[in-house]
Amino acid sequence: MSEIKTLIWKEVTLEWRQKYALSGMLLYVVSTVFVCYLSFNLRRGQLTPIVWNTLFWIIILFTAVNAIAKSFSQERYGRLIYYYNLCSPQAIIVSKIIYNSLIMLLLAGIGFGFYAFVMGNPVQDVGLYLICILLSAIGFASVLTLVAGIASKAENNATLMAVLSFPIILPMLLMTIRLAKNAMDGLDWSVSVDEITTLLSIDLIVITLSYLLFPFLWRS
Amino acid sequence: MKKYWWKILCILILFYVVIVGFMGPVPHQPILNESIRNTYFHVALWMSMTIMLFTSMIFAFKYLRSGSLDHDDKASEFAKGGLFFGILGCLTGSVWANYTWGDPWPNDPKLNGAAVGMLMYLAYMLLRSSFEDEQRKARISSVYNILAFAVFIPLIYILPRLTDSLHPGNGGNPAFSSYDMNNEMRKVFYPAIIGWTLMGVWLIELRVRVKRINRYLRENIANTNTAVSAHQ
Repeated sequence: MSEIKTLIWKEVTLEWRQKYALSGMLLYVVSTVFVCYLSFNLRRGQLTPIVWNTLFWIIILFTAVNAIAKSFSQERYGRLIYYYNLCSPQAIIVSKIIYNSLIMLLLAGIGFGFYAFVMGNPVQDVGLYLICILLSAIGFASVLTLVAGIASKAENNATLMAVLSFPIILPMLLMTIRLAKNAMDGLDWSVSVDEITTLLSIDLIVITLSYLLFPFLWRS
Repeated sequence: MKKYWWKILCILILFYVVIVGFMGPVPHQPILNESIRNTYFHVALWMSMTIMLFTSMIFAFKYLRSGSLDHDDKASEFAKGGLFFGILGCLTGSVWANYTWGDPWPNDPKLNGAAVGMLMYLAYMLLRSSFEDEQRKARISSVYNILAFAVFIPLIYILPRLTDSLHPGNGGNPAFSSYDMNNEMRKVFYPAIIGWTLMGVWLIELRVRVKRINRYLRENIANTNTAVSAHQ
């Protein structure tokens, strides 16, 4: 447990020292939202709810892929070997997943705020929408962390990252979009129980698999 | 006889499936009519594809435990076989959909799930081709194989049940009871699954053997070459 805590703290310190990475991602979200806003060239609140919702989640998807792709390739090879000598692979993957979830939560939260600010906010049940953001942040982070680990082992990993992760993340994305649509329409929470449990169980499957499979990955 | 009895069995079963499948009695459903016979081909191909992808995952698991490249060969060839059967399943399904639903690719969650599943395994092939070193390739692609199968099952079998699908047995209905498959059809349907699976295994076995021979040749030629150059 303390191992994981130290590793997360290490990630935070590292991020803080090279601020350009995080601020780059923040700028990425904000400018993507703005590009979408200008491309649609709309007055506030003219997008249909379905387009509004889907556009937001696609922006989040691309942000997630870009933000998490660097989580293994950013550190130098020698330093990775050093970590692998010090701690167990399980601790490394769990700490990376937790840290990436936090990053995703931050990015998606700020993204949502800015998106709602420029595009208008048709969401009726903001609480449920935030739960949806929380669940998807955890889910995206856990899938993409393992895929980033896989892609970092191969050459040309930018293409590979997208190709490997998009089909795998799709069930999660579809569930999230549906849950988010329920939140937008302000439906009763009991309607969304199905989606929430499915999302939670997909998250659980992926996290368990990452925990089990990562030890095989780091050895190479 | 000990080694190839199942190939004879496979041929016999497939003859039985094709002949009885086209000639045998089927229940007459309102929209389906005679096209219900596609169950023996389309549905059975999908079932055997799932079996093959499952086997591929098992071999990926075995590889991670044992580290022998033979297991990895089998895992990759089973995935290829599954992909091939998946494409066949898509084709038979889309011929059928053209006449029953009036559209070769209607916007149906199960179809889209199948397409995404195919993408997943194509990505697996791409991942395999991006490594030079065999052990490294085998280890990393095994990890992806297991992950892909774990996502593939909810995509194909769980998510479509939550939404309305055009497929029989979806939209909250249980799978086979609403299919109105009577016992006459079952007599052909279950052998069809076994027959197609056996045919797939046969194809895969041939490919695995070719791979094995190639590896053996490569290693031996490399050995003799070094021996010759040492001799000179």
